[in-house]
Amino acid sequence: MSIKHLELSHLSIEFPTPAGPFRALEDVNLDIEKGEFVSLIGHSGCGKSTVLNIVAGLYQATKGGVILDGKEVNEPAPDRAVVFQNHSLLPWLTAYENVELAVKQVFKGKKTKHEMREWIEHNLELVHMEHAMHKRPGEISGGMKQRVGIARALAMEPKVLLMDEPFGALDALTRAHMQDSLIEIQARLNNTVIMITHDVDEAVLLSDRIVMMTNGPAATIGEVLTIDLPRPRERVKMANDPRYNYYRAEVLKFLYERQKNPQSDTKSQTSEKNVDEKASSTNKQDEEAA
Amino acid sequence: MNAKVMQLSGINQMLLAASKLKSLNWAEVPGQLFKSLGIPLLAVVIFGVLWGAVAAQIDTSLGKVPGPAKVWEQATTLYQEHQTERERESKFYERQEKRNVKKLAENPDAKVRIRPYTGPPTFFDQIWTSVYTVATGFLLASLIAIPIGIVCGLSTTLYKALNPIIQTLKPVSPLAWLPIVTIIVSAVYITDDPMFEKSFLTSAITVMLCCMWPTIINTTVGVSNIDKDLVNVSRVLRLGWFSNVFKIVIPSSIPMMFAGLRVSLGIGWMVLIAAEMLAQNPGLGKFVWDEFQNGSSDSLARIMVAVLTIGLIGFLLDRMMLLLQRMVSWDKTATIR
Ligand SMILES: Nc1ncnc2c1ncn2[C@@H]1O[C@H](COP(=O)(O)OP(=O)(O)OP(=O)(O)O)[C@@H](O)[C@H]1O
Ligand SMILES: [Mg+2]
Repeated sequence: MSIKHLELSHLSIEFPTPAGPFRALEDVNLDIEKGEFVSLIGHSGCGKSTVLNIVAGLYQATKGGVILDGKEVNEPAPDRAVVFQNHSLLPWLTAYENVELAVKQVFKGKKTKHEMREWIEHNLELVHMEHAMHKRPGEISGGMKQRVGIARALAMEPKVLLMDEPFGALDALTRAHMQDSLIEIQARLNNTVIMITHDVDEAVLLSDRIVMMTNGPAATIGEVLTIDLPRPRERVKMANDPRYNYYRAEVLKFLYERQKNPQSDTKSQTSEKNVDEKASSTNKQDEEAA
Repeated sequence: MNAKVMQLSGINQMLLAASKLKSLNWAEVPGQLFKSLGIPLLAVVIFGVLWGAVAAQIDTSLGKVPGPAKVWEQATTLYQEHQTERERESKFYERQEKRNVKKLAENPDAKVRIRPYTGPPTFFDQIWTSVYTVATGFLLASLIAIPIGIVCGLSTTLYKALNPIIQTLKPVSPLAWLPIVTIIVSAVYITDDPMFEKSFLTSAITVMLCCMWPTIINTTVGVSNIDKDLVNVSRVLRLGWFSNVFKIVIPSSIPMMFAGLRVSLGIGWMVLIAAEMLAQNPGLGKFVWDEFQNGSSDSLARIMVAVLTIGLIGFLLDRMMLLLQRMVSWDKTATIR
């Protein structure tokens, strides 16, 4: 590929905290081609969500920047649709209406009413949700909510699809179903995708490349693994494929040998900090409510 | 009247219980019925007996404190007075009509005047005045409070700017507002053909000033605590300011907003009665005050009728808000009390 599709160059970010600025990311560099499926993997708190939020435009990098098709990204927009970890559907709207809100916003003046309706239904069919289209999030299961979230993101026809642990909250069986759906959708639409995951199998099964991040603070990209497995990939066949197992082992090695401290110092520090942050924010709310 | 409403709420609870128990066990029905209807009724009876017993022990300058029976008697008297007054009114209009027809027959160019009936307001007229006034004050308060709450919730700067003012004005007693409002209304509201009575405006504005604070504060808290993910959805979609407010902000803060509105209406009703008493503005408060000044042997019982009525109307207003809240709430599983 001669022309770069999505370029993350020298991303660094500092969060202001009471104890001074906290440098979460340091010099993250990554080029992503059109139609590529990239997974971000790393220990909890290393800064995966932060990277994704910078690409989405929800956070501003302190140094460096993101360039999409030659243009710098500095605010959120529907061309970088996000699937959030906990679905984040509007609970007062049905599945259809949730997708409709996005479609109306993106295709205002470009599609007729009729076309919009077909497009919404098409996207819900894509994630196999046509039977529960007119149910509200409270009336459908966690997996179904996540499907609707994906349909909403796909319906925006984004240049890049950003997914933050999209299946993290689901049970193993549902997750496998969702992964299969995603493989199927990806085969049809060939989107550019950045997905965060904690699940090594998920990463190997779905990705063209796995980006492994070092532990924070000042996290960066430790290693990039290209997954050279033919598509379509089938879960059951893959289990016995030596190359699949080799890739899997590589990721595990990175996570548990080179970056091993899932429970030790760094993580416990960050989790403590999180607790503190939560405590202080609830205090603030209490003050406001009082 | 008391028993009637207790029955109403009992039926309500029974319906609720019935809808919960889809597969109704018929053997349990008598027990259920007793729980939902019998227990509240029993409580009312016990209350009535205790009331009667205690009341008989207390002597006042106006005789013994009336028990439930005496109060009920006065309630029927008040209703009869209302009926007689209505009859007089219709007769008055009949006579006027006849007189005018006669006048016109004698002289087609004669000026006929239609004068309104000016009898004293009955108890039921006062109820209507009070309800109408509180509704106006509450509506005005909501129209002001909800937008202020929304912008305060959206902007920390505005919140910081307005919060001290809100917190200072919030605890002010209605009795303190009343003189200011009265004077300002009489100074500002000068027309030859007044659409509203001055007393009505004074009462309604006092209600408004006292009852908008809970709505402002609750709306602010509701809006500022919107789920961060939903805020991000709105940002990714690049919703405009108005779509953001109407499609994301308002729906997600509706539960908090209504909690505030309910408190506001309750406060408004209490404030109104006090304001009517103090300012001698027409309404239930004035009725109570007039009876107090009147000091006949029936006065105490009549005041008690008014007190019970005030309580029941407050209760009904709260139920109405609850129904409205249930209607607009998207989270049908949440228990709203
Ligand atoms: N808004 C913020 N303010 C201050 N610190 C932040 C903020 N957002 C993230 N951080 C910090 O940056 C670091 C990276 O956070 P991030 O959420 O990106 O981790 P993550 O890799 O997504 O973790 P997880 O896998 O648990 O979701 C953490 O130490 C976190 O405490
Ligand atoms: Mg994260």
